[in-house]
Amino acid sequence: MTTITGRRAIGASLSRRDGPQKVTGTAPYAYEHRFDRPLYLFPVESDVARGRVTRIDASAAEDLPGVVTVLTHENAPRLADTSDRELTVLQAGDVAFRGQYVAAVLAETLETARYAASLVRVSYDEVPHDVELRPDRSDLYAPEHVNPGLPTDTQEGDFDRAFPSAAVKLDETYTTPMEHHNPMEPHTTVALWEAGDLTLYESTQGPHSAKQTLAQVLGLDADRVRVIAPYVGGGFGSKTVHANTVLAALAAEAVQGSPVKFALTRQQMFSGVGYRTPTIQRIRLGADQDGHLTATSHDVIEQTAKIKEFAENTAVPTRTMYATRSRRTTHRLAALDVPAPSWMRAPGDAPGMFALESAMDEMAIKCGLDPVEFRIRNEPALDGETGLPYSSRNLVACLLEGARRFGWAGRDPRPRARQEGRWLVGTGVASSTFPVIRLPGSVARIRYAGYGRYLVEIAAVDIGTGTWTALSQIAADALAADVEDIDLRIGDTAQPEATVEGGSSGITSWGTAIFEAARVFRDRYGDSPSEGDQAEAAAADNPEAGNYAMHAFGACFARARVDADTGEVRIPHMTGVFAAGKIINPKTARSQIIGGMTWGLSMALHEESLVDARFGHVMNHDFAGYHVPANADVGQFDIAWIDEEDPHVNPMGSKGIGEIGIVGSSAAIANAVFHATGIRVRDLPITPAKLLR
Amino acid sequence: MDISLKADGRERRIAVDPRTTLLDALRERLGIYAAKKGCDHGQCGACTILLDGKRVNSCLALAVAHDGAEIITAEGLAADGELHAMQRSFIEHDAFQCGYCTPGQIVSAVGMLSEAEAGWPSHVTRDVSAGETRLTDDEIRERMSGNLCRCGAYANIVSAIREAAEGGRFR
Amino acid sequence: MKPFRFDRAGDISGAVATLAREPDGEFLAGGTNLVDLMKVGVMEPDVLVDVRRLTSAEIEDLPDGGLRIGAAVTNSELAADRRVRSRYPVLSQALLAGASGQLRNLATTGGNLLQRTRCVYFYDTTTPCNKREPGTGCSALEGCNKDHAIFGASRHCVATHPSDMAVAMTALDAVVLVRGPGGERRIPVAELHRLPGDEPQRDTTLEHAELITAVDLPPLGFSSNSRYRKVRERASYAFALVSVAAALQVRDGTVHDVRIALGGVAHMPWRARKAEDALRGRPAGQESFRAAAEAELADAVPLRENSYKVPLAGNVITRTLLDLTGAP
Repeated sequence: MTTITGRRAIGASLSRRDGPQKVTGTAPYAYEHRFDRPLYLFPVESDVARGRVTRIDASAAEDLPGVVTVLTHENAPRLADTSDRELTVLQAGDVAFRGQYVAAVLAETLETARYAASLVRVSYDEVPHDVELRPDRSDLYAPEHVNPGLPTDTQEGDFDRAFPSAAVKLDETYTTPMEHHNPMEPHTTVALWEAGDLTLYESTQGPHSAKQTLAQVLGLDADRVRVIAPYVGGGFGSKTVHANTVLAALAAEAVQGSPVKFALTRQQMFSGVGYRTPTIQRIRLGADQDGHLTATSHDVIEQTAKIKEFAENTAVPTRTMYATRSRRTTHRLAALDVPAPSWMRAPGDAPGMFALESAMDEMAIKCGLDPVEFRIRNEPALDGETGLPYSSRNLVACLLEGARRFGWAGRDPRPRARQEGRWLVGTGVASSTFPVIRLPGSVARIRYAGYGRYLVEIAAVDIGTGTWTALSQIAADALAADVEDIDLRIGDTAQPEATVEGGSSGITSWGTAIFEAARVFRDRYGDSPSEGDQAEAAAADNPEAGNYAMHAFGACFARARVDADTGEVRIPHMTGVFAAGKIINPKTARSQIIGGMTWGLSMALHEESLVDARFGHVMNHDFAGYHVPANADVGQFDIAWIDEEDPHVNPMGSKGIGEIGIVGSSAAIANAVFHATGIRVRDLPITPAKLLR
Repeated sequence: MDISLKADGRERRIAVDPRTTLLDALRERLGIYAAKKGCDHGQCGACTILLDGKRVNSCLALAVAHDGAEIITAEGLAADGELHAMQRSFIEHDAFQCGYCTPGQIVSAVGMLSEAEAGWPSHVTRDVSAGETRLTDDEIRERMSGNLCRCGAYANIVSAIREAAEGGRFR
Repeated sequence: MKPFRFDRAGDISGAVATLAREPDGEFLAGGTNLVDLMKVGVMEPDVLVDVRRLTSAEIEDLPDGGLRIGAAVTNSELAADRRVRSRYPVLSQALLAGASGQLRNLATTGGNLLQRTRCVYFYDTTTPCNKREPGTGCSALEGCNKDHAIFGASRHCVATHPSDMAVAMTALDAVVLVRGPGGERRIPVAELHRLPGDEPQRDTTLEHAELITAVDLPPLGFSSNSRYRKVRERASYAFALVSVAAALQVRDGTVHDVRIALGGVAHMPWRARKAEDALRGRPAGQESFRAAAEAELADAVPLRENSYKVPLAGNVITRTLLDLTGAP
């Protein structure tokens, strides 16, 4: 494979090109473009979890001055394709989960729309609902595969024989709660349907994907749909197409010619734009006298929705992490009367590695080994999941360098043995991993604008990941130009097709397309192009994909302080060392990592969506009840990169880093809390109540 | 009801529904989007503005209750096309990612520095009865805890504010 | 939000008279709690009478050595006042432990006292709640109740009062000055809030159209040796799991006098009189403090998810008192 040579921009710690707009609040998010006399949409959500709508009385709402219409399943425009039940909005009266949209008000002001929605009276034939995930359910089933298209169960060697005879054994169950993405910008659509053309200003992680989906469900030619998303206020996996976008489009169709503005309230973010399933994970580890794993099993129970299957790949990282003589992984789902779960930052890896890396810590202690040493001792030569060699794997280097930077040497392993004033003090470590995902099909278009300047177009998105800057750097090096001479345009389906921002695949996939287009451009026009010269190319599949297992690795270390009286936990310091190939922009990459590790802290200590099974919905549906860390919860970070050359992953030699930060960091914290307190918490989040003695 | 507001330096007169918050007045009526709606319930700080010099959540302030008020948003902090020192510091320290909480963070930080300069203590101030408060990193963290950042840029936000505080008015 | 009429009253008498005529009206000060509740349809007043500029925004010295806090003083200003910080540090700390800088800049003394519970069922108009709609039931009793009461609850309501400031004021025996259609009166803060009993819809003993005009802090010789300790699930910007406001006077190693109030445990700030009685005259140390805490907590009635509050409160009471002796 050819790679980019003569790098000057790649590897530079450039400040974000979208900085001035973001710090002045003038970067337009979906709601913030200028629209002429818009209408405001406010939905009516079901307050039963399962049943049928029998009657909708919208008369009081319709009577309010300024209300234009109230849409229901009786009068909403018809969808052409109803095969995706999550997206089938206002087409029939059946209710599949609490919070489902059963009506929508369109009005001239925001206040009128919201108040009118509260006046709509909906009657239901309610039937008993089932929303509880429990390990003893008799209807747990094995899906055909787990995301993304991986085997549901795997087996290597004979676990059932190896485990009972292991010298050292561990058999524990770990649980993680339901979690909601909660990007700061709520899901937002502004939809305009005019003369058969649909334009969406959409807070989305994939403009072309959204366009294709909307065209499909609405029965439109794809070229009649345009999606615009230059700035997106966070996504974390939640900003793919959900019912809210379809509802906005239907409303736009109903009132053709008027822009329809629909921004979800924070409360509405908890009932229909995706979430991470709760998990119940049983891990069994067996090792010989020298701490070599002889038996590993990871059995996962999690939920999906009856309306749409989503199988979180929770046990998948266990297939890759360590050498073991036998291994088994399984996934079982319960289909419930709930909204559809969705991709949430490091799907599978985040909850799965919390369990595995907690178990590895417990096992190291049982084997009488230092936790770093125990992991190094079980470093595999080949990838257990595929049997292939790794394109590059430097987990050991991450563990060793991290240990050095953190000051791990000479650590007293005894739990609850250090106190500073009222604070119990401890340290913990965990491994991190994330696959290199490279999606084919992105297309970049490059046009020479004269005076050394290039216009580079690709419908990628920046959801906070630094795309505006990183792709400019890649284009600059690929074209042997300066970054200042690259005019990058992203976030609009008027630009060439690009894959979604997800799976940490953005820079990898889009960067490859830009590289290919630049290669075609330079092959065609050489060093002296003329104004208007243009080239376009697509990123193909990685030809090396079948030869190597491709993953990024890392190691997280955490220092924990726990108040002996109250169980309050503080994490004043975290160290993260990552081997993720070429780092395109160390400044923004560090931000991705500290952001991911803050998510790991959040997962460990704070987040939990509390469902009241009697009603079927999340009760703590706002930022007062659903805790993410505040500034005071987060301390210092020491982040470092292992120099890693990997010519097999993509022309830049880079690996995705948007998600690896959250993987393992929650376990590093849980392990540190154990070291501080002697209390092993296997059920996240670790709240003060769980640490009181 | 008719009200007048001075928003980012410009006098504006508008008629508002009594239910309209300052946040919605800015976004829906005045075309100023630098105050952002993250939660609409005073739980995230993305809507932070300076209201007559004090940082507040604009989402819980009814416009009709603040007739005649002077409002500054992040857009107004950048005077004559020049970024405010706090804004420059945020860019330098990469104190933002998706940018949605960022204007609120910046306005909140500017307001916070005034409060610290006035000698106001905080929850982490060891002795509230003491005269002076030093703006340590822990003080910055606590005083900025009314601005959530889901991207997790907190560590860089603290660095950015520290640099702006040291270089600016507050010692 | 339901439409309402906005009334800019010219003075307190006018405001009171207006509200007396409007059975579904409310006073509006900072709005940080009322506007919040109106957005989710929990409160739906027909009229808002704006009182933010009518009551005093000053903190005055009283001749007896106490302080009179105008109802319109913001939470920030009250917390930052140098007299409060030196003479009643527990109050300053309580305010600083609450909400966020932005909220404290708008929220007022009067409004803070009258803020309503943050029970998730109270806030969700699609779930039964006796406080919001008497007779519909208490969803928290058998539901998500990790944040709910361990003292003074009834089977009609197990909610807690969320104010930190009110807990400190309760420990300090503050007195609330009120003006209403029937004239002026003084209400000890401990009598302002109610236990739910069988009327959980009534948070306070105020009559309709009674307006809080000020809060008096009586002088307390040892109030400068006071402290507020709040335990939360995150380091800042969260409601209390349990909080303690305490003031301690020790003479010759013996507890001469003490004040203790608890937050996060009941429908009102919980004055821990049993603990206080068990402490006066006892040696000032770990053993007495722990015994006093246990005397108070003996009556705690935990719910399915909040039993942790009992040991937590015991630990925090003990630790806070120890901190006030200057012990390491």
